[in-house]
Amino acid sequence: MAWSGASVLEAYWLLLKGALGSGFALSETFARATPLIFTGLAAAIAFKSRFWNIGAEGQLYAGALIITVLGTGMLDLHPGLMIPILVVSSAVAGALMLLGPVLLKINFGVDEVVTTLLLNFIVLLLVSLLLEGPLKDPMGLGWPQAEPVTEAAELPRLFRGLRLHSGLLLALLFSFIFWIVSIRTTLGYEMRAVGFNQKAARFAGMPVKRVMIITALISGGIAGIAGFSEVAGMKGNLTLDLSPGFGYTGIVVAMLAQLHPLGVIISASFVASIFVGADAMSRSAGVPSYIADVMVSVSLLCMLVSVLLVRFRIRWS
Amino acid sequence: MRNVVKRSEIDISEKQAAAEVVLRLRGITKVFGSLVANDDINLELKSGEVLALLGENGAGKTTLMNILFGHYVADSGSIEVFGHPIPQGSPHAAIELGIGMVHQHFTLADNLSVLDNVMLGTEPLWSLSSNRRASRIRLEKLGERFGLQVNPNVRVAELSIGERQRVEILKALYRNARILILDEPTAVLTPQETGTFFETLKKMVSGGLSLIFISHKMQEVLAISDRVVVLRDGRLVAEIKTADASETELAQAMVGRNIELPERKALKAGESVLKLKSVTVKAEDGRAALSSVSLDIRASEIVGIAGVSGNGQTAIADLISGLFEPQSGTMELHGEVVNNFTPRNMLRKKVGRIPEDRHSQGLIGDMTLAENSISECYREPQFSSYGWQNHLNRQRFAENVVSKFDVRGYSANSPVRLLSGGNMQKLILGRVLSGNPQLILANQPGRGLDVGAVAYVHEQLLVARAKGAAILLISEDLEELLQISDRIAVIHRGRLSETFPRESISIAQLGLLMTGQQKSSTTNNQSTEADAS
Repeated sequence: MAWSGASVLEAYWLLLKGALGSGFALSETFARATPLIFTGLAAAIAFKSRFWNIGAEGQLYAGALIITVLGTGMLDLHPGLMIPILVVSSAVAGALMLLGPVLLKINFGVDEVVTTLLLNFIVLLLVSLLLEGPLKDPMGLGWPQAEPVTEAAELPRLFRGLRLHSGLLLALLFSFIFWIVSIRTTLGYEMRAVGFNQKAARFAGMPVKRVMIITALISGGIAGIAGFSEVAGMKGNLTLDLSPGFGYTGIVVAMLAQLHPLGVIISASFVASIFVGADAMSRSAGVPSYIADVMVSVSLLCMLVSVLLVRFRIRWS
Repeated sequence: MRNVVKRSEIDISEKQAAAEVVLRLRGITKVFGSLVANDDINLELKSGEVLALLGENGAGKTTLMNILFGHYVADSGSIEVFGHPIPQGSPHAAIELGIGMVHQHFTLADNLSVLDNVMLGTEPLWSLSSNRRASRIRLEKLGERFGLQVNPNVRVAELSIGERQRVEILKALYRNARILILDEPTAVLTPQETGTFFETLKKMVSGGLSLIFISHKMQEVLAISDRVVVLRDGRLVAEIKTADASETELAQAMVGRNIELPERKALKAGESVLKLKSVTVKAEDGRAALSSVSLDIRASEIVGIAGVSGNGQTAIADLISGLFEPQSGTMELHGEVVNNFTPRNMLRKKVGRIPEDRHSQGLIGDMTLAENSISECYREPQFSSYGWQNHLNRQRFAENVVSKFDVRGYSANSPVRLLSGGNMQKLILGRVLSGNPQLILANQPGRGLDVGAVAYVHEQLLVARAKGAAILLISEDLEELLQISDRIAVIHRGRLSETFPRESISIAQLGLLMTGQQKSSTTNNQSTEADAS
């Protein structure tokens, strides 16, 4: 920051103000946190079972794509029916994206990091193709964007005039549900066992393959819902810049939360506040907003190092 | 190389003064958190002496030797070698001063030749040529001198376990070790190999080396050492001349209380529970094959399987655990052929399984005692209804297991990884026996446990036997097998021998079978081998 000529303290103050200093700032921060909670949760669920889903970005776009197909006029129902249907269909789209990788992994040992990562590019290119072709909005002045979703498909705003939408409530709900699933249910028990020690889980007679498939489907599904939430709540239509890497940032969010479903809410808010605040800071202080990436990376490193140190103490004591 | 010359000079002067103290530890104390691993330990090693370091697991033997070898730094105390104080925390300095260590788990590179393994690290990295011929000659001379012949050109992967141990020792000798620390060296050897190994040790001692021999097997300690030092809970509790020591005395010093060996009642075996009929399994992922294995275990009977590790024990255990199915042959439980080889089906058929590896297979370290205690029955209605886990019942069940099987140290809600090996085994035992199994597979149930814990495990197995369970005990420890088995079979290269009633077979005979020789040819070797073991 000093290099770009701004006073460091002032820049931080601007960042903080830009992120949390007003109703508008808070709205922006939580609007930004919403997709991050979804993708962070998706990563946390998968990673907890040692399934390295790097493809939340692709799953997000897959969810968004299905919303665009269904929500721009194909279905016309009452919002009370329309929104649940869209949530489910975006989840199914995201989950299907992971079905291939997980089956390849458990049957042939194909590394899911490679398959899920590569699927991101495939989906993105597919979206790009469709936005230039069949899904292109005739009223879009030639921009590669789809038609906006119908009013019934829109997620209602939480406050008049602010961009914060009810997708946030959906995200909080899912975090909470998954937390309960994880600690109280038999499925959650199996998922944790498989994640911590697959060999012992298999030895104890747990259906390891089935648990892995279910985990992958849930993870993909939640990432797919992120796509729905962005299209129906934030942007209104599918564009190529729908997600500035939410899928990848979700991995950071999950790691910062130590894969805890409720921790994801906090870490997503934290990461979002830094990004939103950094944008505000760059506008007023002229510090490049890339500083946000630096800050997030540094906090992730601090987190990883401290986790490592905690482990060490346990081992040596 | 300058050091070599120097040390051979020391060599000569040493022989002149035979009883010289070569190693002296003074007031060594090491604390890990709240655990005092070593508490003010004083130790002397004389030239040409075999000092046995005896103690249960966790008594502080390994910590002490790691301090000596420079892996750890002691909190206080000093170490002198040949009268020179050695800087702590530097394995390099320890090697320079002539301390060699042979670890329990070999530190050899499998894909390199014996010569390369020995030379590794002895030459400067930046020298362009390496003097292999001189090294080979030196290695062969060392081998001849101490009876440690190994072909230097063979890859380590092709050597037997006994030969690999020789390479480990040669590695230390090649670095001019004058004091050799042997950490549980016989754990991996057959009784016969142990016999030749002890011959080697005697040659090394007469060649001027001093040895520290770490073990928890009393017979071996009595057979090979001059002096015994017993550690318990980090303290040095006894120091006895071997000639004056008795097994019971040492055992008591080691454990600090009287150990009651579990009583083994004679029982009449019941109906057949497990029947293997010419089971054949192909080798896969490092697992040895089984060829045409047949076995019959009846109720109220313990059948032991002896063998050097890696001869197919894992395959038998995995088969009965339900981890894979045989290529041919059948397995019958209570006269019914098993078609569905899955862990869950085995559990359903009341097969209790105590796995070989507690950490990787038996328990999930990051989950709690309670969660681990139900890992084989978490789907039963008392723990799971409509997909929800019943935490209350789980807690009750776990507390019951913990108190009944004497799992100590942590509450039911602590992660299992904090438990000691013995308590982990008790937890597994509790989990297995709570299911009232009719067949129990106990794969190396006493491995790595201290005397007290082993006695407890044996006692529980005998109780299960008295209740009518059939037990298959797989072990590399012949004493364990002879102690509690009714019949014993030996596995070698995937072939299982017939079973012998334990009264009619000796350790020496088992040892020969373990190396693949037939029982009939044992008579003439028997007496010498029995001495050695």
